[in-house]
Parts: sequence; structure tokens; C-alpha cells
Amino acid sequence: MRLGILGLQGAVREHLQSLARVGIEGSVVKRTSELAGLAGIILPGGESTAISLLAAGSLREELRRLIREGFPFFGTCAGMILLANEVEGQEETNIGGIDITVARNASGRQVDSFETVLAAKGIGDDVPAVFIRAPYITRLGNGVTALAEHEGAVVMARQGNVLVASFHPELTSDTRIHRYFVEMVKEYETKEVAL
Amino acid sequence: MVKKGTFRVKSGLAEMLKGGVIMDVTTAQQAKIAETAGAVAVMALERVPADIRAQGGVARMADPTKVKEIRHTVSIPVMAKARIGHFVEAQILQALEVDYIDESEVLTPADPLYHIDKWAFTVPFVCGARNLGEACRRIAEGAAMIRTKGEPGTGNVVEAVKHMRLMNEQIREVLAAPEEELMKTAKEMGAPYEILLLIREEGRLPVVNFAAGGIATPADAAMMMQLGCDGIFVGSGVFKSADPEERARAIVEATTHYNDPKVLAEVSAGLGEAMSGIAIEEIPPHEMMQVR
Repeated sequence: MRLGILGLQGAVREHLQSLARVGIEGSVVKRTSELAGLAGIILPGGESTAISLLAAGSLREELRRLIREGFPFFGTCAGMILLANEVEGQEETNIGGIDITVARNASGRQVDSFETVLAAKGIGDDVPAVFIRAPYITRLGNGVTALAEHEGAVVMARQGNVLVASFHPELTSDTRIHRYFVEMVKEYETKEVAL
Repeated sequence: MVKKGTFRVKSGLAEMLKGGVIMDVTTAQQAKIAETAGAVAVMALERVPADIRAQGGVARMADPTKVKEIRHTVSIPVMAKARIGHFVEAQILQALEVDYIDESEVLTPADPLYHIDKWAFTVPFVCGARNLGEACRRIAEGAAMIRTKGEPGTGNVVEAVKHMRLMNEQIREVLAAPEEELMKTAKEMGAPYEILLLIREEGRLPVVNFAAGGIATPADAAMMMQLGCDGIFVGSGVFKSADPEERARAIVEATTHYNDPKVLAEVSAGLGEAMSGIAIEEIPPHEMMQVR
């Protein structure tokens, strides 16, 4: 199994390291052609405005098609903003695919960035989480499950094969969230074969 | 339990900026242009390095009014420069909630001997370096991000290349040295021993290293990326050129697709004039910013 990491900008190296720790091969995706042969896609943290501009054209169209078909996606921070169906104060959807609304920079400016330990459903009650100018989820659509909260705000959620987090599991050595995503990918592969 | 201002949180923001371009801006309008072009952050300052060089005088932190205007105009991170050693300018910038402080040789140093104690701040710092020793000293003082110094305001990439190559060479030396020789290496490089141990542990600099100082074209940016830096600072290169919008966008594309000469050829075409630039030999020694 090989997972792709959208590599236009951001914490690409960290996701590759997290995948290596769980024994999964990762490859960097900058072009549409590099999507071939992947089992799932990770959208890393970075600057969502910059990534969104760089992911214009056929790459964005292809990512949209894949996510609509039920292909497994995992977005952290900026990645979550790109995968959200709605972003507060923004008219267009970036890629979309999970029925949530997010507020950008909801945790404040960099002086308010923080790390903490969270309870995440199906993962553990002691998951280290680094929040950097983080977006929060302000609306959950039907069929979206909240997996973790911080001070009343939803910071991790899943709908079908799409997983999103406000924080950066890739900045820690804890690999449980990446393992969780790998399991999602495996389930999807099994189902696909069964079909 | 929530912890703010930890080193992981400070260096973490720099990790998120990797592969991106940070642009010098002097007005809210320029900040908007930078954001629209795909900059990952803007650097607020009073005058771009080329103007500081041309006009002379003492260059200081930007007016807080200007910093606030820029902060309110864009949603990407806003950085601002403080003079080397000027810990009160840094305190003011932290109070203004900028996202990163650049303790910068572009401004006139406020302390001839000491840099700011960056551990005392919640806001993270980026500092310039010409070699590994300098980078390690700044990291030991609490810098969470490093950039090459290059020679700012020249539009001439040669010094940035020199600094990046030297840093790479010295990192290779640290990685290859037998354990018992490391203390001597530390002494010779003027690098704190503990930071060299971190480099050996991680196989690289423990913080992100961007290129800065003289980058004026998409090809300059891509060259610095191919030399192994993590991202790009463009100072005068964008807003001292004929068409800032187009050039900014082209440098962003070139930084992402730095390994793809076809894309580089495309984005380099028809950008109009780059900033004029200065040969390093023409700069009198006392006007060199990198030695600060």
C-alpha cells in the first residue's frame, strides 16, 4: 500500500516520517499524474490559501472526483480547510468532501498556538495534539461523527472515508492517528475488492 | 492542560511554511498582493532592503499602525523585523501579536554584542546565518527558524548560495565526524556542542532553514530550493520589479515546482524587468549587512 501526500507546500516531510514509522510507503503528489497507484491521500498542514492557489486546475478536479467516489482522504489543519464543504467567510469550496463548516485561525494568532492532550474516539484518551493557528469545526453535517473536542470545539471528525483534524499529529512521534487512517484505507480496499 | 509558546509550537509554524514564499511588504495593499499571489506569510517592514541600502540612516522596526493594518488585511501569518539585540522592539511586536519576529541584519543593529534572548518570548523568532556556527548559536538563543543571510537588497543571489552551500557542507562534516572529534568541531565552528548533537540525531538542522538575501527571480528561488533550503524569503525582489503581481506568483510557482524545469521555463517568461541589482564587489565593506 502506498499513500500520497499532497506536496505543494507545508508539513509534507513530517507526514512521510509518520507513515514510515507505521511501516507505510508515502509519496509526494504535486501533479495529477502522481495520483496513480495510491491507496489514499493525505493533505498536510500548511497555508490553506497558498495550497489552494497551487492546487488549481486539473489536480483539484481529480482530487474532487476521487473524494466523491469514496476514496480515503485525511486532512490536517490546512488540509482540513481544503476538505471542508464550507469555510466561514469564503464563498467557494476548495476541494470539499466532508460536510462540515470550519472557521480558519479559530484558535487565534501564533501567540495563542498551543499543545495539549486530547481524548479521541477510537484512538485513545491521551493523544498529543499540536494546534498552530488552528481552524475549528463549527458545523457538523448529517453523517459526520465528531471524534475529538477541545474546550467545546470539535477538532477532529470523520464522514465515511474522510478524516480531518484541526491539529498536527505529524508533529508528534505518536502514530495512532496515522494508524487509524491506514486502517480506514485497508477497510476501503477490502470493500472495493468485495465489490 | 494547554501549553503555549513551547519550542514545538514555535518551530511547528515554520514547518507549516515549508515549500512556500515569505514576502517583504511595506503596506496593506502590498500584503494583499502577496497573499493573492500565494505567499505563505508576509514580512512587515518600513522600507524594503533595497531602499534601506539606497537611503541609509538608521533602519528600525515598522510603525505599529502599519503592522496592525497589514495584520487586519491578510489571513496568512504576519512576521515583522526587530533590530538585532533590540528586545524592546521584540516585546512590542509580541504585544502586537505578530506571528513571527525576524531579528534581522537588514535593520540597524541595536546591540553590537548580544542578540535577543528569544527563550523569553512566546512568539517565535527567525534569525539569519551565514554558516552553521552562526545558525547553531541563534538556535541555542531560542530561534525556531533559520534563514541564510545572503546580502539583502542586492537582487544578487550569490551570497545566499554561498551561505547555503557552506551550511550544507558543515552539516555533512558534523554528521561524518567521529563522536570524539565533535567537541573540537564545535569549538572551531563556534557552534554550541548540544546543538551539534541535535543535528546528528536528526541528520539535519533541528529547525527549518529558508533562503534569503538577494532572491529576485523564479530561477533564483528554484536554485535555492534545489540546494536544499526549505523555503524562500523575497525581500526587495517582488516590489522593486516591474510587475510585482506576476513576479510574486511566478516565484511561488517556482518554489513549489523547483524540480521541474518545464514549469520553471513557463513561469519565468514575460515577467518584465527584475529589480536592477548590485554586484557584491561594488558594496563598500561597512555597508555589508550580512556581517552584522
